[in-house]
Amino acid sequence: MKDKDFTHPYIPNSVPEIKAEMLRMIGAPDADALYREMIPERLLLKKPMDLPEAITSELDLRRHVEEILAKNKTTDDYISFLGAGCWNHYVPKVCEVIANRSEFLTAYAGGPHSDLGRYQANFEFQSLICELLGMEVSGIPTYDWGAAAGNSIRMASRLTGRNEVIMPRNMSPARLSILRNFCDSASGIGRIEIKLVDYDRETGMVNLGELESKITEQTAAVYFENPNYLGVIEVDGKPISEIAHDHGAESVCGVDPISLGVLAPPSDYGVDIACGEAQPLGIHMYAGGGSCGFIASRDDERYVAEYPLRLVCVTENKEDDEYAFGLTRHDRTSYMARENAKDWVGTTTALWGITAGVYMSLMGPEGMREVGETILQKSHYTAEVIEEIPGVEVPFGSFFKEFPVKFNKPVKEINEDLLGYKIFGGKDLTAEYPELDESALYCVTEMHNLTQIETLVDALKEVLA
Amino acid sequence: MKVKEYHAARWKEPIIHELGRKGERGFIPPKTEDKIKKRVGDAGNLVPERMKRKKKPELPEISQAHVLRHYLRLSQMTMGMELDIDLGVGTCTMKYSPKVNEDFVNLTANMHPLQPEETMQGLLELVYEFGDVFLREISGFDAFSFQPPGGSAGAYNNALIMRKYHQINGEPERDEVITTIFSHPCDAACPATAGYKVLTLYPNPETGLPDTEALKEAVGPKTAGCFITNPEDTGIFNKNIDEWTGIIHDAGGLCSYDQANANAIMGVTRAKEAGFDMCFFNLHKTFSSPHGSSGPGSAAVGVTKELEEYLPVPVIVKKDGFYSLDFDRPYSVGRVRDFMGNLPVVIRSYAWSMAMGGRGLREAAEISMINNQYLVDKVKKIKGVTLPFGGRRLDQARWSLEQMKLDTGVGIDDVNRRVIDYGIQKFFTSHHPWLVPEPFTPEPCETYSKADIDYWVSVLEKVCEEAYSDPELVKSAPHRSSNHKTKGNPFNDPERWAMSWRAYKRKRGKK
Repeated sequence: MKDKDFTHPYIPNSVPEIKAEMLRMIGAPDADALYREMIPERLLLKKPMDLPEAITSELDLRRHVEEILAKNKTTDDYISFLGAGCWNHYVPKVCEVIANRSEFLTAYAGGPHSDLGRYQANFEFQSLICELLGMEVSGIPTYDWGAAAGNSIRMASRLTGRNEVIMPRNMSPARLSILRNFCDSASGIGRIEIKLVDYDRETGMVNLGELESKITEQTAAVYFENPNYLGVIEVDGKPISEIAHDHGAESVCGVDPISLGVLAPPSDYGVDIACGEAQPLGIHMYAGGGSCGFIASRDDERYVAEYPLRLVCVTENKEDDEYAFGLTRHDRTSYMARENAKDWVGTTTALWGITAGVYMSLMGPEGMREVGETILQKSHYTAEVIEEIPGVEVPFGSFFKEFPVKFNKPVKEINEDLLGYKIFGGKDLTAEYPELDESALYCVTEMHNLTQIETLVDALKEVLA
Repeated sequence: MKVKEYHAARWKEPIIHELGRKGERGFIPPKTEDKIKKRVGDAGNLVPERMKRKKKPELPEISQAHVLRHYLRLSQMTMGMELDIDLGVGTCTMKYSPKVNEDFVNLTANMHPLQPEETMQGLLELVYEFGDVFLREISGFDAFSFQPPGGSAGAYNNALIMRKYHQINGEPERDEVITTIFSHPCDAACPATAGYKVLTLYPNPETGLPDTEALKEAVGPKTAGCFITNPEDTGIFNKNIDEWTGIIHDAGGLCSYDQANANAIMGVTRAKEAGFDMCFFNLHKTFSSPHGSSGPGSAAVGVTKELEEYLPVPVIVKKDGFYSLDFDRPYSVGRVRDFMGNLPVVIRSYAWSMAMGGRGLREAAEISMINNQYLVDKVKKIKGVTLPFGGRRLDQARWSLEQMKLDTGVGIDDVNRRVIDYGIQKFFTSHHPWLVPEPFTPEPCETYSKADIDYWVSVLEKVCEEAYSDPELVKSAPHRSSNHKTKGNPFNDPERWAMSWRAYKRKRGKK
């Protein structure tokens, strides 16, 4: 390890002569001497780390990593009916091109002049998602739907000065786990008590009677989802918001934005704070790495003051005939206010926000309507033909993209058998929703063609026979 | 070194909503087959009347080439790390992200996180081994999670572990955490979000670090733990850190180490020997994953054996050569993010670490540290620039332009608009409060050559000279950037601010 010949392509000054020259200019014999000035001897590692040798040849590195990753299967190899918070939608090539641009991929903390384009692209994401949602304010997106919902509920709690939230049982249990963390408090200060409201077993929608009985004058927010985790379109959005408002609570709704070319925007049914997951908008799944949560509301100073996110604002330099950008009320954020901030903000998912902006620009109103219609038709068709198989039931009739399928045989076995047909069956719901018996959540998008759907049906017939 | 008169692209690009014409199409989604249409009928019949969208969203209608052109122009007006000498953006470790790693990430683009484990063995193996081989050795810790999707999310995750630990151990009354003002703001904001009261220690003006006595006064029966960056954002390493963690432990608290600034200490000193119980590494900083205009990133959390059972679920485990996801962990904090986190970021970090090897990681640390000493010696000589606090700095240093501001009226905000006229990114100043007045914080990590550092310092020198000779030139900058100095400030004015095009049109009375 002591040989001098270690010049790494990622480290220009690792050339021994350069390193020596710089040490000479600093006036130090070696790096160790400098470290000893800054770090006490007792904390210095005494021996080199026990780690693999460097693979400095790019070809060798490629072979090494690709050999490991070749052990994976993907949804290109298998027909996948998995969704449940991460969905297989088509990603237009232009989205990939922009997401891979050096400038966007490697920018970070530049300013509104040096990174004018980044600020504008951030602003355009906000603008475009607001058009889909019928809202006027959004920000640079956060980590995922769960974080967006968590921030939204905490915004509602601060807005109302109340400490209860009502959430539906027909939401993602993983998301609920994230929200339980957001709502708890070490000191008890700011703790938000979660009350769960059940769903109607016939429709899959929020049980309004139970909601009425559980809401109190301490309720900060009623949170619901549309379509919900079980894929069901929540038709009662308006009554839910009205119940919330009648009790002085905020109506907070999580939505899947790819549905919004065909489904009413949350602003139509009284929602105060909308949130959700932007991954369907031109972002690959990346085994869950494509998540991107958004928050939006009306343009009301009270709401703006409670956002944790960076809010990019447009303005104009009139005499120069150009746009300019800045950050609205940046003093709210943890970058400025530390522990007195509105939650926290950090490195989130700006690149995916930019990519989702490209997607919405490409799609336009017609593209969003068409993709929504295609998803509706294909998912309903799949549900209908699956239900024709003896012993199979699709319990809920009104859905978008996802629907539970109830079997007369353990889902675990069915899904294992389907692998033999190169099919990823729907997500097993038996642990999360025992009341639905042996059910799996099937997801059908514009990606599925008739042949793939028929392959599933044929396989299920054999597996269930 | 002679500085170059750079000029940025200046496209005066309209907002996307102003482009295109009614009827233009950028993209046609896949259509529904006739057989399906025949069976299920019109899509309109599949949506309950009350939930039908009545009014189309006012998205722009633009041909594909024009959408591409627009976003390419926006990208050209963005000074990404790959295009400039980005060492001024300290605390962020703007290092080179090897391009080949993007190919590896793309192999997982179409993987679903809920696929059966046997179809994800490659991905799970790579992520597990990155923790088990590299992070174990670099941190000294025993178990790892890759679920937190950003650095701050890592601090939040550790606050949740702290909260759960004290709840389980019957001491929920411990509701105070301690941090230092030169630790990243997430070390205060994230515990606060988890419901902690935050005590912040301020530095001794001589050393730049809080005195150990101040810590001793801060701890007590309410202490849940500490969240500390070391070296701090000033680049100063707290030599008493092991004594500090001992004081926290003696008070019954846990110690969380924010290792966002780990680049100059890999293979040099570790979290474990410093006495910490948990840490997180920002994989989009030290471990080369690109910053993505601010995410997606990843915080790799490391914990001691004792805290392993608190990690968020699922945890990747290995048994008989098979990698699986373990959800059955009764003491787990549950989830901080859906699914497994941002695993593409981990793939890049694994590939980068393999390319570096043990020796390369240590070399990266040494060169980062040496680069910073070299830069410090040069910047010290510039008129108007001062370095508050004594002693050497590890990976970065927090400088002040206070003297120049007093002399000329030109401060860091002006300088930050002027340096871009010479083709380098504006500097990171400091998080707030600006304890160091008119601050800037360069971090010349291992990516930058001696010539890069020389050029960067020459630009700083040139702009400081301009501040003394022609302050208006600097104050009115930028002159060659993508737009001009912003006039007016609507950013705090509810009547004029606009976070969407529809709000802008309404407030400016446009159609």
